[in-house]
Amino acid sequence: MAVKQISIFVENKEGKLVTITDSIANAGIDIRAMSVADTQDFGIFRLIVTDPEKAKEALESSGCFVSITKVVGVSIPDEPGSLAKVVNILARYNINIEYMYAFITVSKKFASVVLRVADNEQAEKILEENGIRLLTEKDIEAI
Amino acid sequence: MYRKYYQPELETMPVEEIKKLQDEKLVKQVKHIYDNVKYYRDLMDKSGVKPEDIKGVDDLHKLPFLKKDDLREAYPYGLLAVDMKDCVRIHSTSGTTGKRVVAFYTQKDVDMWEECCARAIVAAGGNEDDVCQVCYGYGLFTGGAGLHGGSHKVGCLTLPMSSGNTQRQIQFMMDLDATILCCTPSYAAYLGESLKEGGYKPEDNKLKAGIFGAEPWTEEMRRDIEKALGIKAYDIYGLTELSGPGVAFECESQSGMHINEDHFIAEIIDPNTGEVLPLGTKGELVFTSLDKEAFPMLRYRTRDICVLTREKCSCGRTFLKMTKPMGRSDDMMIIRGVNVFPSQIETVLLNNGYAPNYQIILDRVNNSDTFDINVEMSTEDFSDTPKVITTKEKKLQDAMKAMLGINPKIHLVAPKTIPRSEGKAVRLIDNRRRYGITT
Repeated sequence: MAVKQISIFVENKEGKLVTITDSIANAGIDIRAMSVADTQDFGIFRLIVTDPEKAKEALESSGCFVSITKVVGVSIPDEPGSLAKVVNILARYNINIEYMYAFITVSKKFASVVLRVADNEQAEKILEENGIRLLTEKDIEAI
Repeated sequence: MYRKYYQPELETMPVEEIKKLQDEKLVKQVKHIYDNVKYYRDLMDKSGVKPEDIKGVDDLHKLPFLKKDDLREAYPYGLLAVDMKDCVRIHSTSGTTGKRVVAFYTQKDVDMWEECCARAIVAAGGNEDDVCQVCYGYGLFTGGAGLHGGSHKVGCLTLPMSSGNTQRQIQFMMDLDATILCCTPSYAAYLGESLKEGGYKPEDNKLKAGIFGAEPWTEEMRRDIEKALGIKAYDIYGLTELSGPGVAFECESQSGMHINEDHFIAEIIDPNTGEVLPLGTKGELVFTSLDKEAFPMLRYRTRDICVLTREKCSCGRTFLKMTKPMGRSDDMMIIRGVNVFPSQIETVLLNNGYAPNYQIILDRVNNSDTFDINVEMSTEDFSDTPKVITTKEKKLQDAMKAMLGINPKIHLVAPKTIPRSEGKAVRLIDNRRRYGITT
């Protein structure tokens, strides 16, 4: 069920980000969501894209250091309290969120949230049982 | 025909006979030098030594040392001992530590050198049915020419690849069933990585042995290369000043390198006092050539720190053995007042599961040295959270501190991002030189 996230190692040097965005653009891949974690020396660029395998291949052939991480994606109504509900469920079951990021789509009244937890299956099971809709790879492509 | 030695009568000569041979040759070599090289004559006259004072190896200590600075001062013809018309070739050092040194060779000098390399190849199991891939650089550098000549003498099919163009190296290695690989250890490690990336397993190639030298490497690196290529890795030692690779070579016991004592006398000295030290003591390696015509050397200080031993070797060779150089005064860095050798850094990396792909960057900020080491990660080291990487950096930093006594800043970087020179690895960027600081 989990969604594939592309993680890219980026040294804090000029031109590094251009290589990444260009190779994704040239491969005709759409970015659905992104987040960046940074330290003084390097950053980790995380992307949700339409075709993760193809994106990985394109990035690697332009010399990027890439890995695919599985993350949990949920779809929630774009209204106050939605995210709070998800976070509360996870807190209740003592599931730690390492990081998360969200994106909304204009046409539909839903927001998507990407969650990184230690155990995807466990988190997905709990969220589903509590009425939260999970995102699939197909959903990402269809957005 | 299988051969265990290239020149058995010399390589297994009884120790007393080696001494006798050296005595005779040394007397001639000293006379040749004194008669033909003004620079040496002046040096000897200044020390009050006459050629007739040297009756054998026991008198060697009376002769003055020759240093790298002498070679630079005498550049280019000052140490040439024959007419230019008798010379057939030159080779040159890389000149990274100062002015280049140019060495001259007569045909006899080239033959002697190539025979030394042939001994090394046979000691690594090489014979006429072998295919010897030489990917040391060809040209002024002695690596390519030496092993190439040695391979010819043994009768191997020689692949004169020179350095670089890794894809072509791999193609020839696989298509022509190379059995012996000659290159720098860092390039051997790189070839191993590249083969793995190309989907080859160690057993897919026909290589059985590698002869690696021209830069410092560790036992850990040896094991890694042996595993990655599915071979036995042999060390080889030499200097352009003395001929090139093959001054000393490793045998099947892989426990130090046999010095070709019929051509060279080795001594160990205290680098500070110049005093000759007994066998088994660590010190600076000093060589005297015995057969060289064009560019003979008397008591040349190599600046390599090692130990000499003479023990019965399981291979049957009687030549004494030198350990792998433990450091080199030219390689030694002084960082925040502490002596640091690149070999120490390599050991820490290998012990902590990293490939020895690193670069040291030294600089000076607010009058104090900064010490950074970039280290390449492997795919398994990468994660989507920075904390995992910074934790690994901290762990490696602690291990470095324990080995070196000072704390470097470790930066894990993406694979294959540290520039590789496919001849000698460039491991150090010392920006302190901008401030006139040299160590």
